[in-house]
Amino acid sequence: MLKVLFFARVREQLGCAALELQWPEHGLDLDGLQEQLCRERGARWRAVLAQDNMVRAVNQTVVSGNRALHNGDEIAFFPPVTGG
Amino acid sequence: MIDGKRPEPVITVKVQEADFDIAQLQSKLLGGACAEGAITTFTGYVRRDNEDRRIDQLALEHYPGMTERSITEIAEQAAERWPLLAAYVVHRIGKLAPGEQIVWVGVASKHREAAFSACEFIMDYLKTRAPFWKKETASGTEHWVSARGTDSERAARWQDGGIE
Repeated sequence: MLKVLFFARVREQLGCAALELQWPEHGLDLDGLQEQLCRERGARWRAVLAQDNMVRAVNQTVVSGNRALHNGDEIAFFPPVTGG
Repeated sequence: MIDGKRPEPVITVKVQEADFDIAQLQSKLLGGACAEGAITTFTGYVRRDNEDRRIDQLALEHYPGMTERSITEIAEQAAERWPLLAAYVVHRIGKLAPGEQIVWVGVASKHREAAFSACEFIMDYLKTRAPFWKKETASGTEHWVSARGTDSERAARWQDGGIE
C-alpha cells in the first residue's frame, strides 16, 4: 500500500487530499507513481502535477529527482512552503 | 563540559492552533534549568497588508508529522553549528487575524553571538523548509501566498561559504 498526500493549492486544484494505492508487484519509483496518477486520473492531474516548483516528499523528507519507492511509503506533493 | 563534549540541547517544537504567551514560553525554554549567558527570541505576527492587499484573515495549513520533524531537524542543525543550551519553536496553524502572533523561536546559549545567529538560522530555514502554507483572505477573495525568492536567498546565506 502507498499513501499519497496533497497539500495547499495542489490539494485544491486536484480536489483530493489523500489517496491510497495498492503496491504493484513489479515495484514503482516516484516518477512512475506520478505517471500512473496522471494516466489514471487524466489531463487535469497531469497539468497540476507537472507545475513548476512542485515539491515531492517521500516519508516526510523532500526529495529532488526520482527515487525508488517501497511498499508502505508515504508520498506527498505540495507547492513551495510559505510558513513563518 | 568536563569531558569537552557539548551538552545535548533541549529542543521543543509545538504546532498548535492556540495563541501563546511569550513570557511563559521564555520561562519554559530551558525546561526548568536556569538561564545562563543569553536567550534570544523572535516573534512573528500576521501582516496587515501584503503587496497592497488589505488582509482580513490568514489560514495556515501544514503537513502533520513532517512539520514537527522538519523543524526539529532545523533546530538540531543549529545546535551542531552553535553551542546551544535550548531551542524552542512554536508555530500556529488554522485561522489567524492580522496582528496575531504566528510564530515564536527562542534560543538559549552561554554566548549571545550563538543565540542571535541560531535564532535567525532557525527562522530562515523554517520559512523555506517547514511545510506550512498560508492562504490570505483580502477583500473577500482567497489567495494562496507565493513563496518569496528573498526567503530562499536568506536561507542560502547559511550554506557553505556563507556567513558563520
